[in-house]
Amino acid sequence: MRLRVLVAIVGVALLGAACATDSSTVTLPGGSDGSSDVCGKDSLNLVDPGMLTVGTDNPAFPPWVLKNDPASGEGYESAVAYEIADRLGFSKDEVAWVSVPFNKSYAPGPKDFDFDINQISVTPEREQAVTFSGSYYDVSQALIANEGTPIASATSVSQLGDYQFGAQIGTTSLQFITEVIQPADQAQVFDTTSDALTALKNGQIDGTVLDLPTASYSAGKGQVVVGQFESTGEHFGLLFEQDNPLVTCVNQVLDDMRAGGVLQDLEQKYLKGYLDVPTISST
Amino acid sequence: MFGGRRAVLISAASTVVFFLALGLALYLSPGWDAVREDFFDWHAMRESFLGTDISPSIWSAFLLNVKMFLIAEPLILLLALIIAIVRQIPGPVFFPFRLVAVVYTDFFRGVPLILVVILLGFGLPGLRMTGVSNFSPVVYGVAALVLSYSAYVAEVYRAGIESVHPSQVAAARSLGLTRLQALRHVVVPQAVRRVIPPLLNDFISLQKDTALVGLLGVIEALKAAQIYSVQVFDYSSLIVAALLFIVITIPLARFTDRLIARGQLRRGGTVAR
Repeated sequence: MRLRVLVAIVGVALLGAACATDSSTVTLPGGSDGSSDVCGKDSLNLVDPGMLTVGTDNPAFPPWVLKNDPASGEGYESAVAYEIADRLGFSKDEVAWVSVPFNKSYAPGPKDFDFDINQISVTPEREQAVTFSGSYYDVSQALIANEGTPIASATSVSQLGDYQFGAQIGTTSLQFITEVIQPADQAQVFDTTSDALTALKNGQIDGTVLDLPTASYSAGKGQVVVGQFESTGEHFGLLFEQDNPLVTCVNQVLDDMRAGGVLQDLEQKYLKGYLDVPTISST
Repeated sequence: MFGGRRAVLISAASTVVFFLALGLALYLSPGWDAVREDFFDWHAMRESFLGTDISPSIWSAFLLNVKMFLIAEPLILLLALIIAIVRQIPGPVFFPFRLVAVVYTDFFRGVPLILVVILLGFGLPGLRMTGVSNFSPVVYGVAALVLSYSAYVAEVYRAGIESVHPSQVAAARSLGLTRLQALRHVVVPQAVRRVIPPLLNDFISLQKDTALVGLLGVIEALKAAQIYSVQVFDYSSLIVAALLFIVITIPLARFTDRLIARGQLRRGGTVAR
């Protein structure tokens, strides 16, 4: 009796392994003849053919997405995504949004989006796990502090060493604090930007670093954007599943948008009010 | 040993076949290579354990977890004992105290620990009250653990106290002790000895819950593992943190089993195998 039960268990386990099918969702581009347009809407490599599935975070913050409603097309990232969709041949109804927490976007396995747009900076480490498009926004980091505190009058990085910093985990902002500012006290690391800003408001940290547009938007009552740091060449890219051929088509579209001034127009429309901030020198 | 050599052979064979089948099922699954690379990468595990210039060492961060539960546990045992005893104090004049004890345990067992951590760690500093709002986040985290766990442990003590047979109290009173003296000298010592295994259980649980203090920005083991993981897009550091937690839990769990077995023997039963 016991032997039979054991054989049954082993048999089920082996059966399970044998029946596990390859669940990869990468489909080959369609088109029976080699001359079809590889970036035509019907031959694109999509998770849901006929629809462009775009990922972003929830909540998604202004000025990147207004009112946490990416489907509205309002907000720099929302607008860029719809512009790309339009140039690839998708109407507004053919764009679907999925909510992707930042940490989940680079997880192993197939993605449930075609690309993710979420202020993700391109770094060599990240490029080993996922594929990025070209830049859709060149970004500077900025420092927020409480009004009237000593740190608020800093004008150079060398004056920042003695303060307590904090930032969201996994961000290039946190990396900036650790690698460029190099404070004497280890920075506190929060799960979200909101937590870091609350800690700042409560006086638990003296300053936090965010990308400039988010910093300008998020500085609350009694807080001030002390300044923007000199650019390190950092830029945001759209995130794709590793080696997704769709990135080539999207890059073509982005190049066209850049050349035609479309990205600059959208910057003017959504980001203009947030960029006029003094520079904190690197010395 | 029951069954003799045949039983040993069968159990050995059964174990080998079982784990072989399990291992085979894992190995043959299509995603295994990717998962192995992303969760069990030896280089990433070593790097994150020791620390790099982009992430703190999980080992030193883990020492902070150890410090936190070593500080929290005695405070919890003390506060919980006070609450449990207060709840038992007889006499109508002590009614408000008993009420506070009941409300305390209901409240802190009802509110999830994660919320208590957030409310204390972000709420109290926000009040900007002198003497209450200027502590480091570790202090608020430990305070949240103490307040929350004391409620559970107080109930464990209460179960112990109520499990002491009323004849003990009757005997004590017939010897001339007051109810309070009976509680102090006869009931509580017996009760505490009986509930040592569940107390150890809660201690083991506490060791893991110290990870929640990371929500307040503190760099403890899980947070350090997350920092590494999110920079290099690899989850092996989380496995390292998990292993560290398991390593301290296992000796305590086996010790608890031994105490339970000894307690059963002492009370005249046989030890279950």
